[in-house]
Amino acid sequence: MHLLLDPLSYQFFLRALVASAMVGTVCAIVGTYVVLRGVAFIGDAIAHAGFPGIVIAYLLGWPLYIGATGAAVATALAIGVVTRRAGIRQDTAIGVLFAGTFAFGVFLFSGIKGYVADLFSFLFGNVLAISTADLIALTILGLGVIVVVALLWKELLYATFDPLGAAASGIRVDRLELLFLTLVAITIVVSLQAVGIILVVAMLVTPAATAQLVTVRFTRLMITAAAIGVASAILGLYISFWLDVASGATIVLVQTAWFVVTLVLGPRGLVARRRGRVSGDGAPDADDVPAGVVGVPG
Amino acid sequence: MEPTTPDRHEHPHTRRLPVTEEHGHEHGPSLDPAHAHAHADVWLSDVSAGYGQRVALEHVSLAVEPGSLLAVVGPNGAGKSTLLKLMAGLARPWTGRIEILGNPPGREARRVAYVPQAELVDWAFPVTVEDVVTMGRFPRLGPIRRPGADDRRAVEHALEQVGMAHHLRTQIGRLSGGQRRRVFLARALAAEPDLFLLDEPVTGIDPTTQELLMDLLEQQAQRGKTVVATTHDLACAAQRFQQVLAVNRTVVAYGPSNIVLDADVLSRAYGGHLLVIEGRTVVLDDAHHHDDAAPGERHFHEREGDHH
Repeated sequence: MHLLLDPLSYQFFLRALVASAMVGTVCAIVGTYVVLRGVAFIGDAIAHAGFPGIVIAYLLGWPLYIGATGAAVATALAIGVVTRRAGIRQDTAIGVLFAGTFAFGVFLFSGIKGYVADLFSFLFGNVLAISTADLIALTILGLGVIVVVALLWKELLYATFDPLGAAASGIRVDRLELLFLTLVAITIVVSLQAVGIILVVAMLVTPAATAQLVTVRFTRLMITAAAIGVASAILGLYISFWLDVASGATIVLVQTAWFVVTLVLGPRGLVARRRGRVSGDGAPDADDVPAGVVGVPG
Repeated sequence: MEPTTPDRHEHPHTRRLPVTEEHGHEHGPSLDPAHAHAHADVWLSDVSAGYGQRVALEHVSLAVEPGSLLAVVGPNGAGKSTLLKLMAGLARPWTGRIEILGNPPGREARRVAYVPQAELVDWAFPVTVEDVVTMGRFPRLGPIRRPGADDRRAVEHALEQVGMAHHLRTQIGRLSGGQRRRVFLARALAAEPDLFLLDEPVTGIDPTTQELLMDLLEQQAQRGKTVVATTHDLACAAQRFQQVLAVNRTVVAYGPSNIVLDADVLSRAYGGHLLVIEGRTVVLDDAHHHDDAAPGERHFHEREGDHH
């Protein structure tokens, strides 16, 4: 019991706990769409593109969040535009953008004299060092993302599942695409302090990927992903505190552990498959088992 | 809005055909262009379109009257899907003019239901039959509003019509090919559109399902709705559609199905890929049941044995 309650007497731990829970939720919700669209790579690219923004903001003496948000959103919109006027393959374009922007950030970073802990924490995350001001900014941005998804979940769902059918029926799929990329960018900025640029893609993808192993209904998928995201964030934060190791990496490791366990022991897991009792046996929820059908983009 | 009443939101001046025009489609679109334009649900004038540098359609002119049941036939790569996308506002023409329900494509989008080819759907997507059909109601709800009792009734009614009411909670990947087409037609029905644009609705499905879907589309046409469907199935086009449009980069023939679907017209539409044996027509290039992916589209091909 002391193990759980003692850390709560530290202000910095409480701040970190709220921040981690918020990040876990927002990442899982936006990540559900990221996984269903198969655009994890875009998330990774946007995260890396945030780095030069952070360094530039540092050099100019601006709040680092402003730099990160500006660079991430600009990159997200650039990806959206490049994708639409595709003269080159999307993954190629993103690969170029991804490496180029990050290299620019490292280039600027390496020119700074001396050790800059602030900037370093954006690479790997250090949620225990989060300030009250940062926590407030993060909470506002995170709630903003959740509100937008709550208002437009069904349009986003339709546009993700059947972009042609949705566009033909009057849903503005092109605008939703840009909005979605902006949401991904903001989500990433919100997560940077907690997990850092390099690991943020795991926060986006892993909870939804785990949830996909246990449910085939969209709303349940999103709720399950959010639950996994929050639980992993809190558990990971405690573990990192007890063991005195990096918080971001620990949170991601907890999520990965969830995923592996579900993959092996879940309802459609490897063990269930080997036993040959994959589908239900007439229970009301018998249909609620993933089909295991993998669409192969042709 | 009441989901089940058929003729509720029809515009009297465009939807109901005067009795004297019952046979109007027999003289084709070229006889009186102004007249055809004024009364058409789908109207194209000298339209050319394509992807990148590749031309898909050239000089297409067409007028489809309300209440038509029109099959679009032609070989692979003839531009059938492109034509449907132009009508749905999903592709823009290079040149020429298009009007859908009296307006530029996209303006009347909520009165249009488009069903893509089965290959364009990710069947592993975590949605149930109910979820998919409910999507048909999303456009009329607009953002923010959640589906309500009216929408649930409309979804149930649509699923009853296609005989899928007992599969409400089934994930779509667990359905057979025929059941999947039924669900997508149910989505279109739930939207209560005035214009149905269906890409290969009866391709690769069992005869029972094909009959059922065609009966439903016929019903819709009788109520004054317009149905445009691409198909590879010439027998189905001949037997179940009133009108046929044969395309091969341009309009080869357009008119009542019994006139269009003769060997002479078909050999022009299909070029060398048509074989006529003792009066029966065989299309030779039909191994691949859909057109090539347009740029930016993902096609989903499932592994063997995924269909039940």
